[in-house]
Amino acid sequence: MYGNDFGEPLNAAETADYADAVQEYFDGLIGADQRIEPRDAMPDGYRRTLIRQIAQHAHSEIIGMQPEGNWITRAPSLRRKAILMAKVQDEAGHGLYLYSAAETLGVDRAELLDKLHSGQQKYSSIFNYPTLTWADVGAIGWLVDGAAIMNQVPLCRCSYGPYARAMIRVCKEESFHQRQGFEILWTLSRGTEEQQAMAQDAADRWWWPSLMMFGPPDTGDAAAPGGHTEQNMAWGIKRFTNDDLRQKFVDMTVPQAQKLGLVLPDPDLRWNDERGHWDFGAIDWDEFWRVLKGDGPCNEQRLAHRRRAHDEGAWVREAANAHAARQAARQEVA
Amino acid sequence: MSDNWPLWEVFVRAKRGLAHVHAGSLHAPDAELALRNARDLYTRRQEGVSIWVIRSQDITASSPDERDSFFDPAGDKVYRHASFYEVPEDVEYL
Amino acid sequence: MTERTDLRSQASPSAPGGADGVAYVLGLADDALIYAQRLGEWLTRAPQIEEDLALGNVGLDLLGQARALLTRAGDLEGAGRDEDDLAYLRDEREFRNVHLVEQPRGDFGQEMARMLWFASYQHELYTHLVDSVDEVVAGVAAKALKEVAYHRDHAGQWVVRLGDGTAESHERMQAGLEAVAPYVAELGDDDPVSVAAAQAGVGILPSSLVPGTVAHVEAVVAQATLRMPDPPRWRSRGGREGVHSEAMGYLLAELQHIHRSHPGASW
Repeated sequence: MYGNDFGEPLNAAETADYADAVQEYFDGLIGADQRIEPRDAMPDGYRRTLIRQIAQHAHSEIIGMQPEGNWITRAPSLRRKAILMAKVQDEAGHGLYLYSAAETLGVDRAELLDKLHSGQQKYSSIFNYPTLTWADVGAIGWLVDGAAIMNQVPLCRCSYGPYARAMIRVCKEESFHQRQGFEILWTLSRGTEEQQAMAQDAADRWWWPSLMMFGPPDTGDAAAPGGHTEQNMAWGIKRFTNDDLRQKFVDMTVPQAQKLGLVLPDPDLRWNDERGHWDFGAIDWDEFWRVLKGDGPCNEQRLAHRRRAHDEGAWVREAANAHAARQAARQEVA
Repeated sequence: MSDNWPLWEVFVRAKRGLAHVHAGSLHAPDAELALRNARDLYTRRQEGVSIWVIRSQDITASSPDERDSFFDPAGDKVYRHASFYEVPEDVEYL
Repeated sequence: MTERTDLRSQASPSAPGGADGVAYVLGLADDALIYAQRLGEWLTRAPQIEEDLALGNVGLDLLGQARALLTRAGDLEGAGRDEDDLAYLRDEREFRNVHLVEQPRGDFGQEMARMLWFASYQHELYTHLVDSVDEVVAGVAAKALKEVAYHRDHAGQWVVRLGDGTAESHERMQAGLEAVAPYVAELGDDDPVSVAAAQAGVGILPSSLVPGTVAHVEAVVAQATLRMPDPPRWRSRGGREGVHSEAMGYLLAELQHIHRSHPGASW
């Protein structure tokens, strides 16, 4: 089923001539920095890559509701409670915008959710870490949303139209997410000793996982085997390398941490005049791969929670379809 | 009975005087809930004063049926565009 | 966020209704606050992601009502308590909400039964409170009336779909109605505070809201091919006097824990 655009994919015909023509047409659009739209012919690799990336992005929004949703009932003021509810709700909305974009590529959301539930498709590993204190809600907004925005802003210019449009909407709405996180920590940093310690503890636990959010390095031993960065950049799906974005994030965040009076847990963090950037220490990529593969503190819990909500809702979704079918039949009779 | 809901396309009128513009899609079992879901999903920040929803499968889209007409841009009708016409520089409001 | 400062500046200097007025407004606020707390539990647990959004919206609306009303109650009381003092630092016996809203989350059908009753009641309530002599209460009511009309509609849509859906959903929706039935009568109890508030023109007599509330629920239930539950063997009492059910202690423990662990801290 297609969203946003309609009909069968046009590159279904499998002749060599056709494939060449598709490639030529597609390359022309990409070369001219034009957006690809759903009914355009596109190479299968491009379609597959987009489906995988948009789906994982959507799954991250949906799973990402949990670590924060966990704190809605305990938010320490009513103002914070309202902000947090609105934020978690936004994440549900962002997941839906993204599923909607993925569905223009010829997949059904139910299919994608099945792949999430069965573990065939991933979501951002950051959400496999627990939110243990109220300050973690601040750290997620400040660091995790900060890193996400860094990743997402370039995606607003992604070559695939529906994805780019979804990202524009998401970025616009998310501008408050990072700010509210910073504000939580700002308040804690000027609060009681316990509150300050809570903020530091959160920074200690979230700093490194946030840096991992940009993905493995583009080169070197820890680079992802068979990495797609080059191809994705040529396709206009990716605009910057993982390492470029990570550096930008560090450069943006360090002064903010100083403002908050927080010590980032990296003894190698120092300004490099020559490079004009902050140097930072080695990231534990073993931990990254370990958590990605399922051995993180909350992997099982997050998926089980999500599956349970889906399974417990099946009778409701079925009932609504049954009612719709009956209503349609009644209208035909009448 | 399947528990998958059909797909709907959502069009939102941002304010009076503007046309409805495609906002995205969503899933709903029927038109009434599609409208309500659209309100919650696409107008959380007062982005609209009116919403249309339509089943995705009920939309007919233009579909080029042969390769040439698909790949050749309709670029030979430049006379449809204002920039095609030469006018003296000192003529205003044209 | 709420129009907290706006409301305060609009507040009339004299407190209509005196101590009973404060208690009455607290009752309105606590119903909204405690139900918002329960609805907050639904985010990430709804039967469809679109419904996570819908339940979040209802929760946010109620939380907004609660904040405006708590602020008003604090102003009327004149002891310098703000919305957070009232939400986080009162003990269970001081909460004046009905038992219906504090009951633990059931399945989706039961939640829609609760929402249908509560939103139908709030719709009747706010329809009258727009004429309250307390300008702030009247202002909150005018805004909230549009919100609860949507909540009532949302719940009604679902009760109809589940009642007239599959055999399983019909049975579960009926069970949901039965489960909330013992908590419904309390909404119409004329406790002394409400009687006094009604006499002062601040509030409205709860029993006068019953016919309209029941009529709306009955119409939805009929359309849903369900039946109104028989009169339950027992019914809840006493929420407005601060006597709650066992669920309330756990709810408040969760709501208040962080705030109370750090006395005097800002958040």
